[in-house]
Amino acid sequence: MPSIRTLALCSAVSLLAWAAPAPIALADPFVFTAIPDEDESRLRQRFDKLADYFTKKLGVETKYIPVKSYAAAITAFRNNQVQLAWFGGLSGVRARNLVPGSLAIAQGYEDQAFVTYFIAHASTGLKLSAAFPKDMAGKTFTFGSKGSTSGRLIPEYHIRRNFKTAPGKVFKKVGFSGNHSKTIALVQSGAYQVGAVNFKVWQNQMKAGKIDPAKVSVIWKTPPYPDYQWTIRGDVGKRWKAGFIQRVRDVLLAMKDPDLLNSFPRKSFVPASNIDYRPIWDVAKQIKLID
Amino acid sequence: MAVPTISTPSTPRFSPVAKVSMGFVAVAVACFVFADISITTLDPWSEMKRMAWGAVTPDFSVVTGLGMVVVRTIAFALSGVALGALGGFLLSQVFHLGPVRWACASVRAIHELFWALIFLQMLGLSPLTGVLAIAIPYAGICAKVYAETLEEAELPALRVLPKGTGMVSAFFFARLPEVWVHLKTYTAYRFECGLRSATVLGFVGLPTLGFHLETAFSEGNYSEAAALLIIFYVLIASLRFWMRPKLVGFYVLGAPFLLGGGAAIDMANITRFLTVDIVPAPLRRGEFLDGQTWSNLGDWTWTLLMDQALPGMIATLLLTQIALVATGILALVLFPLISRKFFGPVGRSVGHGFLVVMRSTPEFILAYIFLQLWGPSMLPAIVALSIHNGAIIGHLVGRFSDEVRLRPDSPRGLNLYGFEIVPRVYGQFLAFLFYRWEVIMRETAILGILGIATLGFFIDSALADIRLDRAMFLIAVTAVFNMGIDILSRRIRSRLRLSTQAGRA
Repeated sequence: MPSIRTLALCSAVSLLAWAAPAPIALADPFVFTAIPDEDESRLRQRFDKLADYFTKKLGVETKYIPVKSYAAAITAFRNNQVQLAWFGGLSGVRARNLVPGSLAIAQGYEDQAFVTYFIAHASTGLKLSAAFPKDMAGKTFTFGSKGSTSGRLIPEYHIRRNFKTAPGKVFKKVGFSGNHSKTIALVQSGAYQVGAVNFKVWQNQMKAGKIDPAKVSVIWKTPPYPDYQWTIRGDVGKRWKAGFIQRVRDVLLAMKDPDLLNSFPRKSFVPASNIDYRPIWDVAKQIKLID
Repeated sequence: MAVPTISTPSTPRFSPVAKVSMGFVAVAVACFVFADISITTLDPWSEMKRMAWGAVTPDFSVVTGLGMVVVRTIAFALSGVALGALGGFLLSQVFHLGPVRWACASVRAIHELFWALIFLQMLGLSPLTGVLAIAIPYAGICAKVYAETLEEAELPALRVLPKGTGMVSAFFFARLPEVWVHLKTYTAYRFECGLRSATVLGFVGLPTLGFHLETAFSEGNYSEAAALLIIFYVLIASLRFWMRPKLVGFYVLGAPFLLGGGAAIDMANITRFLTVDIVPAPLRRGEFLDGQTWSNLGDWTWTLLMDQALPGMIATLLLTQIALVATGILALVLFPLISRKFFGPVGRSVGHGFLVVMRSTPEFILAYIFLQLWGPSMLPAIVALSIHNGAIIGHLVGRFSDEVRLRPDSPRGLNLYGFEIVPRVYGQFLAFLFYRWEVIMRETAILGILGIATLGFFIDSALADIRLDRAMFLIAVTAVFNMGIDILSRRIRSRLRLSTQAGRA
């Protein structure tokens, strides 16, 4: 039975191949990721361009790796498989909590006062109001991703504050669309009657003509809160040169290319620090998303 | 003139098999009442039209490096299955030991997607994550099947061995040759499953076909999705042409080098996961000897059980029981499509093609598609599970029905189906269905990741919150629950004396 032996031998050799240390790339590239908050093809376009920009400006080979979930982005950052990440408010505080020494270094100009839009399908009859729209009780409701700031944390906070109970008790059905593009699509199609969405994604898709105002519209805008930011690991200086964090920050703040900025879309990047996100931490703790 | 009295024993009106069947149908109907079944999209037809249009206009150009994606998918399946089969084979030698049996039962009770999510925490997006996610549960499954095959084999050669033959020699010269073909066939089947698993693992981020399928579907690029699915079907359908026994060694050797690079593995991450992350929060934070710690742990466990595990288990059970009966009904409807008793060669090849597509599509992907169409409820999951599993069982029953011998004056058409074939294949059919029971439950749990409130939903939520202790606890609950179903299924099978032969699908 030579084939058994061959098979056993092959398996053994393969085992060795796995066990052997992975061939190490000549120079470790600087790797970053981003929370998958929008359609992946959009993100890929945006971040591949950005990787080129970093490579050129930092003089270090920089790579973007796409991930499938917010948690995966946090885990990759925590496990040092990426050193820099474009996080939302909540994913950022979670990541920095897990990686001592990591720093929020820059945020979008708009992220200093970010807003969540509550949107509703036309058939609900809900209209834009300044006051929190309590009529949405009893409808079906979709958040974005479970780990999203603008699509989960902030809307859930306002729902709990106004209805004094959990979203599951307020609405007929509660779902998690996965990302903001999907939230808009689901409410527009009527799969859910009401949803909560990142205002930047909403504006961007409106501009791109992807939203039919006859079918879906904004019914409430939350008060502003701090959101997206670039977070970097504190130990990158060891792997690259000292002062690397400052250089990454400078390169981000100096970004002028309108093409690149529009792809986020942000007007510019401005400095940020861990303390700016204290309100997010408090809110997350209050609604028990963080222990 | 004594008329011999024929004593009519008070025979029960229904056989035990019929009673069990009716019992399961009744339970499913009851579950249906409590299940959340609805179509929530306002206009499912327009999306379905777009999907159908995509299906007839596949676009192969969009995925860059498609060839590499296909190679990676195969490489993950090969590496995972090879490692799993090797591990399973070694374990099958000691399968008579209780702890080994239990260990195997518990690793296979956890779906490969859950394994992937666990390894993602320890190893990140390293190729090893995907390989182990397939290899570990497959080792548990292979160990069981190999051990049973070895045990059931008739071993005439063993009896004629000279006295004093060593155990190892006896094994290789008398035992193994008898069952080698069975082991090979089963391992080949496992490889087909491995291709499905590797594809599905893409949904959580590994660089296989599923990665791009998820993107294409979620963005509504149905022409791209169709192209990817067609490639997947071609891969499965062409298996016997490129998966030659002589080439296996060559493939297995090459596979590890084709998995693609990935992040380097850091021991510290593994240690942290095992010693910190998965330790329940109250134990991690409190003093070990403090009474308060243990009372906190009690609260933690109780809350998790009542608020998450219990509702998750109820939803999982509801969905499983409905899907099981729907699977059974669909299998009974589908099997004639490939049976010689009902169709000629042309009809049968059409039937085969149809069943291959239905059973090859992983239920996770089917459920994902139906969710897009109908919105979140249990309906997409029920349809997905019954299509996938119904086609598998339909295929097995169809083949079995070919072996049924008919009298020359047997009825035809519906009468043949209802009064002859179905009654005669029914026992085998039930055996297949009960084998599938725990598989269906394992799949049901995983569909929670897509948003249906089964156990997977709560596990996914815990992972999203980076509460790995809760995730592991819930995964353990899922595994125990699944093992319970496995035991129950075995009891029912042996009570009804359903054949255990060839039922391992």
